[in-house]
Amino acid sequence: MDQKKTSIEKARERALLWRFLRGSKGWFLISMVSAAVAALSDMVSPQIVRAAVDNALGGKAADLPAFAMRLAERAGGWEYLGEHIWIMAAAILVVAAVKVAAQYTFRVSNTRGAETLTKTMRDELFRHIERLPYAWHSQHRTGDIIQRCTSDIETLKSFVSEQMTSIFRIVVLLALSLTFMLGMNWKLTIIAMLPVPYIILRSVHFHGKIGKAFLDCDENEGKLSDIAQENLTGVRVVRSFGQERRERERFEAQNEYYTGLWMKLARPLAQFWSLSDVLSGVQIMLIVVFGSVFCLRREMTAGEYIAFLSYGAIMTWPVRMLGRMIAEMSKAGVSMDRISYIMEAEEERETGLGLKPSMDQDIVFENVSFRYAAERREVLKNVSFTVPAGTTLGILGGTGSGKSTLMLLLDKLYDLPEGSGRITIGGVDLKDIETAHLRRNIGMVLQEPYLFSRTIRENIAITDETMSLEEVREAARAACLDETVMNFAKGYDTFVGERGVTLSGGQKQRAAIARALTQHTPILIFDDSLSAVDTETDAKIRAELERRFGSATILLISHRITTLSKADQILVLDRGKIIERGDHETLSKAGGIYQKICDIQSSSVGEVGA
Amino acid sequence: MKQHTSETVRLPFFGIGKLLPYLKNYKTAVFGMILGCLVGSLVDIGVPLFQRYALNHFIGEGTMDTIVLFVILYLALICGGALVNYVACIFSMQIEVGVDKDLRNAAFNHLQTLSFSYFNQNSVGYLHARVMSDTQKIGALVSWTLLDSLWQLGYVIGAVVVMLVINVRLALLVMAVLPLTVLLFSVFQRGLTRANREIREINSQITGNFNEGITGARTIKTLVVEDTMERAFVSDTSRIRRRAIGAARLRGLFAVTMNFASSLALAVVLWKGGYIAKTQIGTFSMFMSYAQGLMEPIRWVVDAISDLITTRVNIERLTKLLETEPDVKDSPEVVETYGDCFTPKKENWEPIRGDISFRDVSFRYPDGEETVLEHFSLEIPFGTNVAIVGETGAGKSTLANLICRFYEPTEGQVLIDGRDARERSQLWLHSAIGYVLQTPHLFSGTLRENLLYGNPNATEADIRRALDLVSATEVADRLEHGPDTDVGEGGDLLSTGEKQLISFARAILADPRILVLDEATASVDTITEQKIQSAIDTIIRGRTSIVIAHRLSTVQHADVILAVHHGRIVEQGRHDELMAKRGYYYRLYTRQYEDEATKSALG
Repeated sequence: MDQKKTSIEKARERALLWRFLRGSKGWFLISMVSAAVAALSDMVSPQIVRAAVDNALGGKAADLPAFAMRLAERAGGWEYLGEHIWIMAAAILVVAAVKVAAQYTFRVSNTRGAETLTKTMRDELFRHIERLPYAWHSQHRTGDIIQRCTSDIETLKSFVSEQMTSIFRIVVLLALSLTFMLGMNWKLTIIAMLPVPYIILRSVHFHGKIGKAFLDCDENEGKLSDIAQENLTGVRVVRSFGQERRERERFEAQNEYYTGLWMKLARPLAQFWSLSDVLSGVQIMLIVVFGSVFCLRREMTAGEYIAFLSYGAIMTWPVRMLGRMIAEMSKAGVSMDRISYIMEAEEERETGLGLKPSMDQDIVFENVSFRYAAERREVLKNVSFTVPAGTTLGILGGTGSGKSTLMLLLDKLYDLPEGSGRITIGGVDLKDIETAHLRRNIGMVLQEPYLFSRTIRENIAITDETMSLEEVREAARAACLDETVMNFAKGYDTFVGERGVTLSGGQKQRAAIARALTQHTPILIFDDSLSAVDTETDAKIRAELERRFGSATILLISHRITTLSKADQILVLDRGKIIERGDHETLSKAGGIYQKICDIQSSSVGEVGA
Repeated sequence: MKQHTSETVRLPFFGIGKLLPYLKNYKTAVFGMILGCLVGSLVDIGVPLFQRYALNHFIGEGTMDTIVLFVILYLALICGGALVNYVACIFSMQIEVGVDKDLRNAAFNHLQTLSFSYFNQNSVGYLHARVMSDTQKIGALVSWTLLDSLWQLGYVIGAVVVMLVINVRLALLVMAVLPLTVLLFSVFQRGLTRANREIREINSQITGNFNEGITGARTIKTLVVEDTMERAFVSDTSRIRRRAIGAARLRGLFAVTMNFASSLALAVVLWKGGYIAKTQIGTFSMFMSYAQGLMEPIRWVVDAISDLITTRVNIERLTKLLETEPDVKDSPEVVETYGDCFTPKKENWEPIRGDISFRDVSFRYPDGEETVLEHFSLEIPFGTNVAIVGETGAGKSTLANLICRFYEPTEGQVLIDGRDARERSQLWLHSAIGYVLQTPHLFSGTLRENLLYGNPNATEADIRRALDLVSATEVADRLEHGPDTDVGEGGDLLSTGEKQLISFARAILADPRILVLDEATASVDTITEQKIQSAIDTIIRGRTSIVIAHRLSTVQHADVILAVHHGRIVEQGRHDELMAKRGYYYRLYTRQYEDEATKSALG
């Protein structure tokens, strides 16, 4: 799984992680400091109990650090404290207050750090993905990218905010307990600490090994889940073939296998847990037994003995956690790889002069050839044409004729490589026109339009959120959509894709047209975008367009002769070449494909033979 | 899309009653686990007593006389505790995994018997979650949650009893801290549950945002709304960040309460029990241990209660699924003779001829209000080819659904071979019907497994012949391991056209007397299109066929054409008759002819 990374890759990933950490580093620092403070106060309260037992109550001479002695003196001396033991109890509460304050700060600032980190990662990834070239998007599977943007981010977040900080916290805790215990009795410290390295190593080893088994369980759960998913989506196939029994057997067999895997894990897991119990229990027992021995030999006081027991109890869980944390750290590396793969893809960028010329000019394609990838066939071969400003160009062509590619090139969704011809608007090479400026001035409606999961109003007004409802409705009217929308219970506030309200293909197309119209662009492209509306509505929309956007340059891809016939110029494309051009008058008599289709579409059905 | 909205019934006692039958199979494990919990908590209570003895006896009295016995007993306690823990864990795992498995099987198997109206009202995602995740949550509830809460509750009660026995006054003082903590815990817990739910919701929103940003990339670019989308995204991530920090505050307060309560109990012991240390340092130490150790178990119990509350919804939803009756159900007499869908009695099945007739059928979908068929009668003798035409969403599949008995007529009868379909079992009918869907659905597995789906006994020669008939031999040969190649999830390693051809071959292998075919509208290349066309001509031969038609040739040669408009059959007859009528069918046909001809002219 973990492939060998070059040192450059590693350095780049480190730099990326560092960049993600900006804004959250501070919080993590605060959380670590407060974790240390909390750990320290954890250590202090057994010392207070010890002083209470030994010095205040037991009357033994105190052997404490100077500041503690001074503090005791200030409070009235050990004897006074023994009589007013509530002062010691209050001291415990004071220390506890410090501890919980530190713990609270730790939690909150650690979460702040973690959430800021997550937010930064998400925002950066989203921003970056939005700006990746269209070519990148068409090469990658949505599911995979989303996986990287969600669960891999989650893994990285828990690596930094749970594993890293926990390990730090536990190490500090261990170091401090060691110090405090050493300060009381080094022999008992060694004895008490004896099982610790073993517990940690054992846990690392176990979790490393069991991790694979968990993975196996997860995979088989996935398989089971897929069977259920397939069965539910394919319910018609199952029923119509009468295969209920077979489905049942298949599901039950996988269910049995999957749960069997868990049962196989039951023994090692239970063994590990209970053996861990034994080890922690023995650790405490060692303190009890040897502590008693040392107390008898007067090498240690009863208070110290109690303090040792407290430290033993404080350490138990963190020590057991540490091994798991260490074992799980390896997951983060893989996730980092997967995220940096996206982050390292190059964003769209301005390659030319970035000019912003006026766009109500002639559009010229000069000897344009194009292929999507070096090894794939040429989709456009030496295509040349001119669309004078304010005129309409109609394009007719079959699947794979290259008609949509023309539009993708014009909107710079794909870049035209050097030496494959030239596209200009008003004489300015497309390369030198700023991409955003270009796209803002081209209204494009696709055959299968994409609507966002927002309200219809928000969808139409997406390019300008301040648009008034009247403007939105105006555009919707032009697209013959207003009436339909007003019939919805919530009108323009209807959520697209909301329960029960699904727009039909034709309604979506009309919404997309309305959306394009609100932009008032000098160039409009309709890529087969009226295919799902009936002929009458098609005609109505075109009439509206003519009325309102008479001055716009329009590029129209369609199969309908009635749609194309009003165009000033019509191109017929076949396998990347222009095979016919002219207006409807000429082409309909030219004896080519256009005429043939004209005949088909205007012919009375009586001629349609079997 | 479709979402289940109807309210679930509130079950008493968190729905635990409904789970009892599933727990019955694991009676031994349940009793073993409960016993283990109780013994386990006794062991946990025992440890501080040993420490008390060590301090009081060894240190207080200055003698090590009993040390050997002490170590032996102490070790025995530790090992006994571990053993009990081991056994309880194994039992708990058995219950979890077992209940989980049984519930999942029950849910899955019940779904196999439910009617299509149920599947129309509930999305696949919703049903899938019932089968996969509800069962898991319930399994965990009746095992680990039960184990933890019993164990910890046992510890709390035991510790309180021991303290009371040793020193009533001090014990009562320590216990005074408890009610307050329990109250605070419950308050925080409620807030946390709410916060967690909100976070889950925003999280799925963010996944949705990513999805939109990726699938809508082209539109976002052409509209130049990258900034708008980003703003919306950032506002969502800010919202989740705020919520998560809010939840962390709550969780922090929760921990603060617990830790401070522990220290408070400790301070109480020192303040009011410090004097004990002078004489009986062991007893003092023991009180300290109990006082500090009491809060963690209480947290566990509160957690368990909140688990129980949140899992209640899962229990209710799953129960509702399991108790849903299918709309289409074979009568007990039919089951008696023909068997049910899992245990058919094939020896009693009559051979099917393939005559279908509709007698005065009226029909309304169970979830609809409109009557879509009214007093409809039609004879479809064996071998007839019926074509159903109409626009998308006009309700063309209604007749197919009735013939397959996926739905039953509201009034009137559907007869198969002259007998009411309800007089024979669903499986009998389905075994004789082939249904080829518009969007072909393949299962993950090999191509062969898919082909054999409707007829596991088909021979290699049968397979070859079927593939040949639908000109799909190439599809199989092109694959690396031939028919034994894995076709991926949902057959995704094949193209749409290829999947279509394979689903035809699958139908041929099952060799049904009646074939229902929903022609694909999806665009495939011309060559595949031709292959599909000729495959259709091949497979409908020698069968009664109902074709939901999009292709002109299929329509022209049909014995009967039914034209459906707005869910109603508006015209009925042969191609020539309907064309002569110049009505709805005429318009529909003309438009389709134009589209097809234009497409083919453009090549």
